[in-house]
Amino acid sequence: MEYGQNISVKHADLYYGDFHALKDISLEIPSKLITAFIGPSGCGKSTLLKCFNRMNDLVEGCKITGEFKIGDIDIYQSADVNALRKNVGMVFQKPNPFPMSVYDNIAYGPRTFGIKKRSELDEIVERSLKQAAMWDELKDRLGKSALGLSGGQQQRLCIARSLAINPKILLMDEPTSALDPISTGKIEELCNELKHDMTIVIVTHNMQQATRISDKTGFFLLGDLIEFGDTDQIFSSPKEEQTERYITGRFG
Amino acid sequence: MTVYKLDVELNDLKLELLKMFRFVEEMIEQSIKALLERDEELAKKVYEADTFVDQAELDIERHCMKIMLKMQPVAKDFRDVSTVLKVITDIERIGDQASDIAGIVPQISDNKVGCEKTHLPEMGRLAVEMVRDSVNSFIRQDVELAEKTIKADDIMDSKFEEVKQELINEIKENSAIADDAIMFMMIVKYLERIGDHAVNVCEWTDYNNSGEHRKF
Repeated sequence: MEYGQNISVKHADLYYGDFHALKDISLEIPSKLITAFIGPSGCGKSTLLKCFNRMNDLVEGCKITGEFKIGDIDIYQSADVNALRKNVGMVFQKPNPFPMSVYDNIAYGPRTFGIKKRSELDEIVERSLKQAAMWDELKDRLGKSALGLSGGQQQRLCIARSLAINPKILLMDEPTSALDPISTGKIEELCNELKHDMTIVIVTHNMQQATRISDKTGFFLLGDLIEFGDTDQIFSSPKEEQTERYITGRFG
Repeated sequence: MTVYKLDVELNDLKLELLKMFRFVEEMIEQSIKALLERDEELAKKVYEADTFVDQAELDIERHCMKIMLKMQPVAKDFRDVSTVLKVITDIERIGDQASDIAGIVPQISDNKVGCEKTHLPEMGRLAVEMVRDSVNSFIRQDVELAEKTIKADDIMDSKFEEVKQELINEIKENSAIADDAIMFMMIVKYLERIGDHAVNVCEWTDYNNSGEHRKF
């Protein structure tokens, strides 16, 4: 069965030991749009994001109940986590390029999935870097270490690395929080380009970023999904007072 | 309780708006007084006062822009700033209309036309009341008052129609008063337009409160 591009969560609960981190979450993330998760630290937004490609599986004491579907596939019933992660890529807060060349960073995923032919890998590296709008910057530095790139370039390289395996969904956990405004702008522009082909879910602490780039926004608080709706609506006329208080900075 | 900088700014903004509103309210009152008493000196003062309203519009607009630029308001804060930005255009137009009424005073004769004794003072009072209620509805976030003011515009419209008919009849009966009658026709049209601007303010108050543009 093929993975779809929409995410459906029904009555999901997540516990880290005794700590109830996600409480009866239900939401529908539409395909080929950007959905932002916002909320104070510890509200569960990153935890939920990680559920979408089963990154919580290895966390000791983590127990997940409820239904998580990508397209028609129930991801916690399907045993093939590799196939899931091929379809659902992830970019983290801190750029984490592998200590190897730019080329090998991009080719790493495809190689893992059995692609060995040089010409095919060349093509993937070029396509991924072009998709991440980095080809012109890096085409002459493919053999150089990725660790020599700037923070912003490293983060975009990580996005390019995710794109190399043609994901249908891209998860981004505060991808620009460590970057300067210019690099942030480039990544936001990139997200707008990428959403023509894939669904993007982004966790951000930057309210302006959520308003700039996302189509849908979910506000989380203490493990509850307080409000989920069109970004324009959430930031102009939120329905819930808790959302209003948080986004206007009057929380607490 | 923490006092947020944005709350302070929004409060200042509303005070500036209130000041501008009160000023145009007085301009309407004074323009009608100058008209009924044929007081050209008072009319001149009202006519010239419009520059204050124009300046107030610019100042408030600048303040709104500054808040948007520096504080990026969202949700109700955003609606507050955008409502003020829209509402000042209506207040500025109300100021223009009061000033236009005053501008007509030196052009009319001392002879009284019929509506001066009947509907015109009433339309003037209604215009002032509608403007006052519209600003109060916004400042107090009183949607009921906004709705009541929107309804009052029907009275203003019907008064306008009545005066129009009266003036037509007066011209038919005595063509010598035609010049004055046409001037009065313009004056009641200005008052009727002031009512429309007050309605706009009330509609923005309703949006400010609900976040939706409702049809009335």
